[in-house]
Amino acid sequence: MIALLKREWLLAARHPGDTLAAMLFFLLVTALFPFGVGPAPETLARIAPGALLSAALLAALLPLDRLFAAEAEDGSLDQLLLSGLSGAQIALVKALAHWLTTGGPLLLASPVAAAMLNLPVGAWGVAALVLGLATLFLSLLGTAGAALTLGARRGGVLLPLLVLPLAIPAMIFGAAGIEAAASGVAWRPFVLLLAALTAAALPLAPIAAGAALRAE
Amino acid sequence: MLLTGANGAGKSTLLRLLAGLVPPAEGSLLWHGSDALADGPAHAARLRYLAHADALKPGLTLEENLAFWARLWGGGVGSALAAVGLEGLGHLPARMLSAGQKRRGALARLALTPVPLWLLDEPSVGLDAASITRFGTLLAAHREAGGMVVAATHVDLPLPGARALRLGGAA
Repeated sequence: MIALLKREWLLAARHPGDTLAAMLFFLLVTALFPFGVGPAPETLARIAPGALLSAALLAALLPLDRLFAAEAEDGSLDQLLLSGLSGAQIALVKALAHWLTTGGPLLLASPVAAAMLNLPVGAWGVAALVLGLATLFLSLLGTAGAALTLGARRGGVLLPLLVLPLAIPAMIFGAAGIEAAASGVAWRPFVLLLAALTAAALPLAPIAAGAALRAE
Repeated sequence: MLLTGANGAGKSTLLRLLAGLVPPAEGSLLWHGSDALADGPAHAARLRYLAHADALKPGLTLEENLAFWARLWGGGVGSALAAVGLEGLGHLPARMLSAGQKRRGALARLALTPVPLWLLDEPSVGLDAASITRFGTLLAAHREAGGMVVAATHVDLPLPGARALRLGGAA
């Protein structure tokens, strides 16, 4: 599994464009909000949590449709399925690699986005924590979605339709957590709920994805 | 065993079935008399499957491609590349290789560690005469050591004395 993770890392390093694209997409989407709702600081701060999370989830979706499709096209997927790793192990590594190459960079970009949306500086730490957990949750769900839509015509369109509705709980708890931190009330319960969601997806989503890969 | 038959006769499907990648619609796959698919990873560990696609990542060099499989299965990258005559090209990204060189890169996976069963789907596609001779040496060494080969092909392969199975009945 470590070998596979290393390979994913090497591949991401050879194609930094994918990672960069997700990061820039995230920044651009958050930059659009001030233009749309006007530059009034209070309004921006009010929508900041939701805008940050929506932008991050959309950005993390971008590279998902190539997650298994690229492997299936060049024959690597068959070889991986015969490599001695189980489908669930492959899916777990894929999800972690996706998170490391998209969720991680989004964390780095989150202070810039938070500043553009006039989120109080005190809430930046919580915002980064929430974004990290929410993107990990999406990576896990998205891996299952990518495995399910593999081979489907227009799988790239089907994938967000499958995954985004399932990400709504993460959206609710995440945004509530950031908002609580921004207004100075207890944010821990929301973030803990989000962490619980992610913890539940950690074993379940790879198992589902592995089964889908086997059945493909 | 040589597997021949018209296009669409089911050669590739039979190989994928033997590899455990597709479940049989009926019947079962036996290995030494016991169900091979009961333990997927154990079955996968005793075979190497060479598909039509070469499964080389175009962005990685030949060495990096092989090093990944060597980390999973063991074996030496250098000797595997030498076995297919690619020892000087390991530093090149796989996307810069010709079709025949990529095919040899895929064949190099076979040379990493010995396993009992090789499933080869048209292994000689794109290979020049010298490479086929070299591949013949690889095959002979494998069979010498007691290994089995099931190869689907349309052309002659250097497999002297192999049994032949002709698939027919494609509509």
